[in-house]
Amino acid sequence: MAEFSTTIKDKGNVSIIYLNGYLDAHTAPQLENNFSELIENSKYNIVVNFEDLNYISSAGLGVFMAYIEKIRDNYGDIKLSGMSDKVFNIFDLLGFPLLYEIFKSEDEAINKFNETGKVENKK
Amino acid sequence: MKPLINLMRPGKLKTKNKINKKLKITSRTENLSIIRQFIQSAANQVGMKPGVTEDVMLAVDEACTNIIKHAYRSYPDGEIILNLKYSDHKLTITIVDYGNSFHPEEVPDPDLQKFYQQHRVGGLGMYLMKTLMDEVRYNSVPGKYNEVYLTKYLNNTH
Repeated sequence: MAEFSTTIKDKGNVSIIYLNGYLDAHTAPQLENNFSELIENSKYNIVVNFEDLNYISSAGLGVFMAYIEKIRDNYGDIKLSGMSDKVFNIFDLLGFPLLYEIFKSEDEAINKFNETGKVENKK
Repeated sequence: MKPLINLMRPGKLKTKNKINKKLKITSRTENLSIIRQFIQSAANQVGMKPGVTEDVMLAVDEACTNIIKHAYRSYPDGEIILNLKYSDHKLTITIVDYGNSFHPEEVPDPDLQKFYQQHRVGGLGMYLMKTLMDEVRYNSVPGKYNEVYLTKYLNNTH
């Protein structure tokens, strides 16, 4: 089975993390590094694109929980997009949709940042 | 014997009514992919539906991740033995380790608000196992071994 890889692309003021393959206890540290780097570079508007993710275990879900408060404290957010039904079901079973905005497409998630960004820029 | 009769029937040749498989691995997270392949291969043999296979795969991954992290506390050379049995539409996976004993009753159900404040999660794996499987049982003999039994009934679902 294929393992796991990520790619990061910036689109305007939003950073997109593309996930590919299998996210489990072995591969989760790779995604942790991605979040750490983005935070170090003060990039707090993050969309995670799940379109090419085949599998997630609770170790993968834990990564999102580890960084979310720090990111929101800095007026950013982690928004999730493009999940398969199977992956969404795992997030849903554990109640994550209460804490995270989940969008069908990456564009919708990016647009949500741009809408809320207008308000936040006034601060 | 029943399985032999079934083998004679056309359409029954592809899948098996009964299997018994064993996998022995060391307590390293890199082996989680081998564990998932092991489940996939058994699922192919018995003709399990993809959705059910994924549930079983995730439950077994979570059980083994807990063993690696908690029973062996990330010591990489602990032994994990998986025994998979399928017969009469009942799939049972028994996972044995020789690490620290485990007390499932001490693991609370997940509380997302608490995780949010603590920046960490705990107990998600056990909760998933209980949700995805029909039965989850633990048997721990301190200082000797721990066993977890995962059961899925496949009559209506596979």
